[in-house]
Amino acid sequence: MIARQISLLFDGFAYGMLLFVLSIGLSVTLGMMNFVNLAHGAFAMIGGYVTVTLMQKAGWPFLATLPVAFLGAAVASVVLERVLYRRLYRATDLDQSLLTIGIVFVSIAAAAFIFGTTQQPIELPAYMRERIVIGDFSFGAYRLFLIVSALIITAVVVLGLDYTRFGAQIRACVDNQRMARGLGLNVDRIFMLTFAIGSGLAGLGGAMAIEIVGLDPNFGLKYLVFMLIVVAVGGLASIRGAFFTAAMLGIIDIFSKYYAPQVGSFVLYLVMVALLVWRPNGVFARR
Amino acid sequence: MTDTATPLYNPQDLMRAQVRWRMLETVFWVSALLPFFVAETYLVLCTQIAIAALFALSLDLLVGYSGIVSLGHAVYFGIGAYTAGLLAKYGWGEPLSGLLLAGLVAMLFGYLISFIMVRITHFALIMVTIGLCLLFEEFGNQAHDITGGHDGLQGVRMWRLFGTFRWDLYGFTAYAYSLVVVFLCFLVIRRIINSPFGLSLRGMRENARRMPAIGAPSKQRLQIVYTISATFAGIAGGLLAQTTQFVALDALSFQRSAEVLVMLVLGGAGRLYGGIIGSIIFLVARDQLASNNPQYWYFWLGLLLILVIIFLPNGILGGIAHLLSRRKKS
Amino acid sequence: MSTSVLSTRNLQKKFGQLVVARDISIDLPKGARYALIGPNGAGKTTLINLLTGMLAPDGGQVFLDEADITTLPPSERVKRGLVRTFQINTLFPNISPLEAVTLVVCERKGEAGTWWRGLPGYGASIEEAYETLKSIGLGDHVDRPTRQLAYGQQRLLEIALALATKPHVLLLDEPAAGVPKGESQELFTAIAGLSSDISILFIEHDMDVVFRFASRIIVMVSGGILVEGAPAEISADKRVHEVYLGSAHHA
Repeated sequence: MIARQISLLFDGFAYGMLLFVLSIGLSVTLGMMNFVNLAHGAFAMIGGYVTVTLMQKAGWPFLATLPVAFLGAAVASVVLERVLYRRLYRATDLDQSLLTIGIVFVSIAAAAFIFGTTQQPIELPAYMRERIVIGDFSFGAYRLFLIVSALIITAVVVLGLDYTRFGAQIRACVDNQRMARGLGLNVDRIFMLTFAIGSGLAGLGGAMAIEIVGLDPNFGLKYLVFMLIVVAVGGLASIRGAFFTAAMLGIIDIFSKYYAPQVGSFVLYLVMVALLVWRPNGVFARR
Repeated sequence: MTDTATPLYNPQDLMRAQVRWRMLETVFWVSALLPFFVAETYLVLCTQIAIAALFALSLDLLVGYSGIVSLGHAVYFGIGAYTAGLLAKYGWGEPLSGLLLAGLVAMLFGYLISFIMVRITHFALIMVTIGLCLLFEEFGNQAHDITGGHDGLQGVRMWRLFGTFRWDLYGFTAYAYSLVVVFLCFLVIRRIINSPFGLSLRGMRENARRMPAIGAPSKQRLQIVYTISATFAGIAGGLLAQTTQFVALDALSFQRSAEVLVMLVLGGAGRLYGGIIGSIIFLVARDQLASNNPQYWYFWLGLLLILVIIFLPNGILGGIAHLLSRRKKS
Repeated sequence: MSTSVLSTRNLQKKFGQLVVARDISIDLPKGARYALIGPNGAGKTTLINLLTGMLAPDGGQVFLDEADITTLPPSERVKRGLVRTFQINTLFPNISPLEAVTLVVCERKGEAGTWWRGLPGYGASIEEAYETLKSIGLGDHVDRPTRQLAYGQQRLLEIALALATKPHVLLLDEPAAGVPKGESQELFTAIAGLSSDISILFIEHDMDVVFRFASRIIVMVSGGILVEGAPAEISADKRVHEVYLGSAHHA
């Protein structure tokens, strides 16, 4: 009985880590540029399709596709940032939401046109499909891989933000953009790079998500809600907040699906609305 | 620019000119009757347009006139639709009272939810409206026994309108009924917008910070407009349920919330006729483009949205107004 | 101080570690023309925010006509006659001055909650709004969108919006901010000409204007009141010279 729950906890945490990788970029860009990017999930989807294509058509091994998934999403995001996003930095929340919803819609149709509407299967290498057994309970090797990857990414992001020059520039821009501009920082360029890295991480998350939740053209819309919950509840530009929220979200979701499947996502949405009304700036927000 | 030398303003005339019923409006509403004579096969589409226009108008009270974002307005549309549908399914198929009840139930929900809405702003508000919409949609799905879940609400049977007019296959009755209801609602909304209350809504949109400094109880006003807006959305939903004699779960969905926002922004928010024009263009385009393959409709929809936001930030009507004022100047 | 229309007792406010209001006690008598001066960041605008309820104090009280209004929301204070203007134009860009002032008049008369009657039915309020605009010199600019007005006209509208509430205590936050010197004299002449039933506290940096129009001056430094007194006392005060006048007033 306990073993079952430990396994669920493990799966939930792994799922949460996946959500964290998917969401972290959104959190930083929203906090930094105040830009409501509802198309973040579409970048994740791009990463997923890059991996699928490379594995199915070119026979690449799964791990080798991940850097390309990162790059693909990053490049796509930079192009969109240059062409569309930057025109709306001063626009209202509503206009930003609508533009990016428009991008999501186009991405759904484009993915359906190119890849069809069915789920895309991938074949993981054998060592990732194994189950590791320790005493009474067992867990999937792939989930362990997810957790380890997410922890590494978290460490890199946190250390990068705290100890590198670029990280310091990003923090300056998040804290006070006008001041940063006044200090002679090239805010536009810093944002573009941050945006690219954040979207790249989403692409990476999208690729890693295929095994867990599948991949179809609606991915960008389906998981957007989870990403937004992580960001909204975690607090903008708060890595720590996003990490804890994602972990909790993953665990709650897995547990509720196991113990109360009939309730579905209802509880999840209810909790999200309640938390947002209670703390509109996020539960873990600094203010 | 010619008569500034001796300005003889009559301030009351200025205000009257603002709210005057224009010739073009008469032309517009009279031409709404044309489908009865020239486009009988499109009456069903026209009914949908009329309903969508009312839904967009209700949202315009919030987005265009009060400056509050809502990405979850389908909640009230859906509540109205299910109210009207369930009433008819369980034995009360009288259209007018059913529609009234649909509006009242949506009004009640709007009032209750407004207590949440006035507490939050910006990103959190967008999130909460999306969250509530998903919450209600999921509830509608889970309450399968009542709503029919994803299969939709079957067995809605409407009685004859005024006990006389049958709901014919071509949709004559449905369109006539919808058009009259929508027109009456339009008149009420028009009056609201041109009232002192409407002016205070625009004040909140233009500068929410100044409002308390001129003695306006903004939160109370927001709650009222939220409730009013929910009521009209509920009536629109009720109309859809009654005229199609069916309610799909989709009535509550995030997609529908996004769609109505697109219609409004497309036509031009805060311009009274923006939502109406937007819903006409949107639904006619969908009728033409989505008939082959509904998947690709999303492509056109998305593209349209991107183009409008980038090139026509004030919608089609805003663009036209801009062109006209430029021609006047030159 | 039984004649005070507006007074505070020991107002306190902190932002984190920064004290922005330190033990502030002031009394504004009926008909006052008080100036509030002090270097940038002294907490002058913060004090106005505390008085009008746009910020909640950490401690202390605010009294209007001897009633404790410390916890009243801003709009209620306006209804009782305590009204402010803003240093940075806080107007309604896409509606006309006539509409904006009409809105204020309707709010005051309790008409702004009615949604079932059209605006043209409120002729008296519209006329009053027009008169208010004319009285401040905006009679020729009533029906263009506010954003198209010249900057100076927008400053006037800022005051017109406050006047239309029929205040009896008016707090002016740098009414002439950004206005050329000649025009600012004009503006203050208009302000000085307001009925003596209206008690006024104004923030201003131009010392010529301050000494000409203020009957009494309050000097703030880093969140606290340094000194308060008649213009002659203030200009003779050494401490004021040190922190403030030394650089601004060479006379």
